[in-house]
Amino acid sequence: MAIRERLSGNEAIATALKQVNPDVVAAYPITPSTEVVHYFSQYVADGQVNTEFVAVESEHSAMSACIGAQAAGARSATITSACGLALMWELLYVASGHRLPVTLAVINRALSGPININNDHSDSMGARDSGWIQLYSENNQEAYDNYLMSLRIAEHPDVLLPAMTCQDGFITSHAIENIELLETDKVQKFVGGYKPERHLIDGKPMSVGPYDTVQFYFEHQYQRAQAMIGAKKVILDVFKEFGDLTGRKYGLFEEYKMEDAERAIVVLNSSAGTAKYVCDKLRANGEKVGVLKLRVFRPFPAEEIAKALSHVKAVAVMDKADSFSAFGGPVFADIRNACYDLEKRPLMINYIYGLGGRDVPVENFETVYAALSEVIKTGKAGNLYRHVGVRGV
Amino acid sequence: MSSMVEIRWHGRGGQGAKTASLLLADAAFDSGKYVQGFPEYGPERMGAPITAYNRISDERSSLHSNIYEPDYVVVVDVTLLDAVSVTSGLKKEGAIIVNTKKSPEEIKPQLEGYEGKVYTIDASSIAEAELGNRSLSNTSMLGAIVKVSGVLPEAKFMEDVLSSLKQKFASKPHVIEKNMKALERGMKEVKV
Repeated sequence: MAIRERLSGNEAIATALKQVNPDVVAAYPITPSTEVVHYFSQYVADGQVNTEFVAVESEHSAMSACIGAQAAGARSATITSACGLALMWELLYVASGHRLPVTLAVINRALSGPININNDHSDSMGARDSGWIQLYSENNQEAYDNYLMSLRIAEHPDVLLPAMTCQDGFITSHAIENIELLETDKVQKFVGGYKPERHLIDGKPMSVGPYDTVQFYFEHQYQRAQAMIGAKKVILDVFKEFGDLTGRKYGLFEEYKMEDAERAIVVLNSSAGTAKYVCDKLRANGEKVGVLKLRVFRPFPAEEIAKALSHVKAVAVMDKADSFSAFGGPVFADIRNACYDLEKRPLMINYIYGLGGRDVPVENFETVYAALSEVIKTGKAGNLYRHVGVRGV
Repeated sequence: MSSMVEIRWHGRGGQGAKTASLLLADAAFDSGKYVQGFPEYGPERMGAPITAYNRISDERSSLHSNIYEPDYVVVVDVTLLDAVSVTSGLKKEGAIIVNTKKSPEEIKPQLEGYEGKVYTIDASSIAEAELGNRSLSNTSMLGAIVKVSGVLPEAKFMEDVLSSLKQKFASKPHVIEKNMKALERGMKEVKV
């Protein structure tokens, strides 16, 4: 029997961490992820976990400590947001390059500057090329589930890549909602023990992190890329096993009323819920609209997405981060790329939305669906790089 | 969707509007409802206007935006009536509850022509009498909104809040009874 609870997104992640009971957590608090570090250090102080908690002096050190611990055979985890993730940047690549399956809960927040503590995806979207698995979460339940599954994915011998589970700062991290938790013994059984094939203190001398010469570096990068390609199968297997355990069945993305949809919105994290609400409203008027919610962004499920969008007439891709390429946001770039080889491509536009915590109301999605109707009517995508919810546009 | 009740709380930083919204979410959860309780975050500091929200429904709501057309509005600090448009979007079939010594008739002129029901309650005086601090008015406001909205069965609500408070104040059991008294008076003394 699942445990019915009401928790904020931060409490959900803290609970998952408590149930996993990692060997090492090294963390430095930053809004809006601070609560997770606060709750977890309390569990440590109260003896509810056996974790070695390292109160480091920066996020750079937090990720460094996790890398060191993981290389020594310890299951390691950390939590951060925004500028904290930015300060980890150098080490993100070190973790994935050394194939160390550290797990990270990202509570998404806008990067400075100017300084802003509220939600957007500029932090994790900036880290999309760092060789980490990335899972995105609509609500507290998905944050909890994704985090538990991310451990299994990261540590799988065919993957061995670090994984970050993202959710929206404040919007879900500080909102109390209903949630179903697994019993701790079931979590323990699901994640299992961490048994790396080799590690620094296994009695057989090895080195981690020496200079990688011209003779080998390229091959290592090729292997890292192959691991990301191979991760998709593992992800699907882990999702399946988790679905059998909990009844909550997840895919690489969620297709919401997409079957006969002519207009579709592609979106991730909390606003996907609001998009679904608008979709239901328009469906009640007989409008053929759908939502494609991304869960797995790295590896990017290009073929599957292309197939899911192949019958749609017009698509709007929502980006809660700008890439400043002057050609749209990061999700748009990948989705549009994925559809290039389709025989019949949908017309596609991009919307930058909700930056720096700007609320994303129902009206934003009504505007976007209406714009898609116009795109279909004229048969032209028109301006590809659009904004919704910003003043003066 | 029609069974969803949306509530917006207006308070000032430090007055516990956020805590009240979370307590209401807790109690509604205990009554078997689907809940959302969330504050709107900005550069909060003591005394600055803050907003918190509740959605309470029989099915899970996937909405993740602020509430623009609430069924109920709770104003924890009467001075906000001059600073914030508290009735903005408030449904006229709904109601507003204001923490003030004044009667609903006296407060109406400050509500920008709001046509729905207006309730008042002197929650600050209750807080002073029961908790010894005028600024701890959120408990009686919580009682008042439950009474006015009828969103939860009252007896069960009292039971659930009691168990929440027992958890929250495990190390300070003496404040539990006082808070329960403030809650009860909130339910009794709110007037239309």
